[in-house]
Amino acid sequence: MKRLQRLRGPILVNGILALLVIIWMVPIVGILVSSFRDRSAVQQTGWWTVFPHRTWVLAEEIAPRETGAIVDEENRVVEVAGVRATFDELREGIETPDGKRVQWVGNWRIGRVEVQEKKWEVSSDFSLKNYQQVLGGKDFEYQNPDGSVEIIPGDNFWGALFNSLAVTVPATVIPILIAAFAAYGFAWMKFPGRRPAFVVVVALLVVPLQVALVPLLQFYNRIDLNGTFLAIWLAHTGFGLPLATYLLFNYISTLPRETLESAFIDGASHFTVFTRLILPLSVPALASFAIFQFLWVWNDYLVALVFLGGNPDFQVVTMRLANIAGSRGQDWHLLTAGAFVTMFLPLVVFFSLQRYFVRGLLAGSVKG
Amino acid sequence: MSFLSELDDRELGLAGRIGVTILRVALAILIPLVAFVILYYGFIFLRAGNAAKWLISLVAIVWGVGGVALLYWIFNWLIGMLPEQWSARLQPFIFVGPALAILAWYLAWPTVRTFYISLYGRDGPAAGNFVGLANYAAVFTQRLMREAFRNNIVFWIGIATPLTVIFGLLVAVLADRSRYERVAKSFIFMPMAISFVGASVIWNFIYEVKPAGAPQIGLLNAIVVALGGQPQAWTAYTDIRPWNNLFLVIIVVWLQGGYSMTLFSAALKGIPQELLEAARVDGATEIQIFFRIMIPYIMGTIITVTTTVLIFTLKVFDVVWVMTGGQFGTGVIATQFYRQSFTNRNAGYGAAIAIVLFIAVIPVMIYNLRQFGEQEAF
Repeated sequence: MKRLQRLRGPILVNGILALLVIIWMVPIVGILVSSFRDRSAVQQTGWWTVFPHRTWVLAEEIAPRETGAIVDEENRVVEVAGVRATFDELREGIETPDGKRVQWVGNWRIGRVEVQEKKWEVSSDFSLKNYQQVLGGKDFEYQNPDGSVEIIPGDNFWGALFNSLAVTVPATVIPILIAAFAAYGFAWMKFPGRRPAFVVVVALLVVPLQVALVPLLQFYNRIDLNGTFLAIWLAHTGFGLPLATYLLFNYISTLPRETLESAFIDGASHFTVFTRLILPLSVPALASFAIFQFLWVWNDYLVALVFLGGNPDFQVVTMRLANIAGSRGQDWHLLTAGAFVTMFLPLVVFFSLQRYFVRGLLAGSVKG
Repeated sequence: MSFLSELDDRELGLAGRIGVTILRVALAILIPLVAFVILYYGFIFLRAGNAAKWLISLVAIVWGVGGVALLYWIFNWLIGMLPEQWSARLQPFIFVGPALAILAWYLAWPTVRTFYISLYGRDGPAAGNFVGLANYAAVFTQRLMREAFRNNIVFWIGIATPLTVIFGLLVAVLADRSRYERVAKSFIFMPMAISFVGASVIWNFIYEVKPAGAPQIGLLNAIVVALGGQPQAWTAYTDIRPWNNLFLVIIVVWLQGGYSMTLFSAALKGIPQELLEAARVDGATEIQIFFRIMIPYIMGTIITVTTTVLIFTLKVFDVVWVMTGGQFGTGVIATQFYRQSFTNRNAGYGAAIAIVLFIAVIPVMIYNLRQFGEQEAF
């Protein structure tokens, strides 16, 4: 009895946990699987049909008019494969006691009757075609089952990926550099107005960036900076700086005082101490914030929309994806592959540097 | 410029000293000038943007990152040229100055400016149509804005926030007792790396609807149909208005649950094991331990998580914008702000909405400042 009780705990806990994890993962698995499926397959059957499942498979085909299965032309009554039913019933499909299904396919004049059996089936028709199209595709030809050829435009995510990189890398490194200098200044230098200045940093932590967008856009328009990389780097730098400064200050101010003092006694300048000593020592904190900012900028939509929205050449991946979702919301073969293209890099960064990311989260994560 | 400082140390004639000074001044002007020219041409190249994409990206990265580093280095070097006491006095401002300048220019000043714009009509202060607080009166009375407030308060703050907090706490407590803690947490945490646009596409696929009778490719409708129901376009399902908002709320809970779980998980690890053991020895049930010991112990974390998620849900934009565009009764403050400011080009009204959003976070700002004031470190 005691042992049973001790066992029940973990099973219940692990069971609920597993259930939650599965629920959490199902949406991602859904688009991952779909992104490898053929365009028409994505459109016509649920992605879960790639897993083994029992489905009706054609066993025998009967031409009802030739075999004299039609009993009553007026009332549309048919007797076929041991079933007597009306046309409407047959169109829905009738299951026979021996586990088969009889179904009328097509219209009354030229239709046929299918006898179907339930069989295990796995669809395993996977390819990278969707990715080819969404990354660098112009137009793609599709052969429909009836032989006709359809031309479906692809999308240019390749360019958007480069744009995203060009936006994200500097928009991550620049605020870190500026914030690290500032954090060092706040932590290790004495100057008038030090405390009030830092109070401002803390106050700005939660300011919603919406309040800054319109004046900045007007300013950018005035100096002809709108729609450039520089514009968006500086915007992300500004919006990310309060958190960066706050996090890095918390870290740098706790570094051991003796280390720095001995360096000063040796005649090192603040600049040397900062670049040679503080930066290497602060790598964990820098990494924490870097991941934070990287994910934030890469995944950002609003800031890119406002500052790069006017320039179609500079669209980042989130904008491209939102564009397809808006204008071609039914093209799931592009949307699923596109979604995965946008997710790939952040997921890699995230899983390889998860430790630092968690540390950053724990150190404080209020951002405007 | 080490060779110059070496020169200083030697005995030089008057001519030599003058020469060095001239050289120094010349360099002090020349180097920033060269740096400026390089940066300027990099900027022109980037703004033109007609080279190959990868080249632009590469130049953008080198120029952006290198440029900032270069500027700091030049400033520091220029300051080093000044007499000792001046350079010591100015140096902190080289370190702190750029950050403060950017903060002032990108956050503080625009906030003031937005408030100023909000007092004017649709074309902003340039048109000179001062309307006082009329925009604010409109913000609180217009139908779409009232709907946005309702959605933000009832669905986003009232439902999404507690759901995120409770879910995170639940997973943290469960994972704490499981052997598979790390794996489970990694999976729940994963959506945090996904953009809101990406998440919207992912969930749109779950909610996808096909006409009744056709095979459903959206998981939710497939389940509903299998159970004998009718397929629905869930986020646009106006019959259940306003409850269709819940389908958007689920997305954000899915995205943010990992954050709340991570913070709670760390907080739970901080509870001393002896405390829990003592309670168990005294015969407390697990439920009693949870409510009487764990919850009070991690109250600080609960407040932190709640305020963070609260601020986040207050500003929720991307998910709503991509999923519904704010239609079907799902608009929120941030989508209204975007629509008024950028689609309708109603500058004054949009600015007023932004300021309302700002006012809503002021309590949190005060709380943060008070917390900071209690810190001894500064």
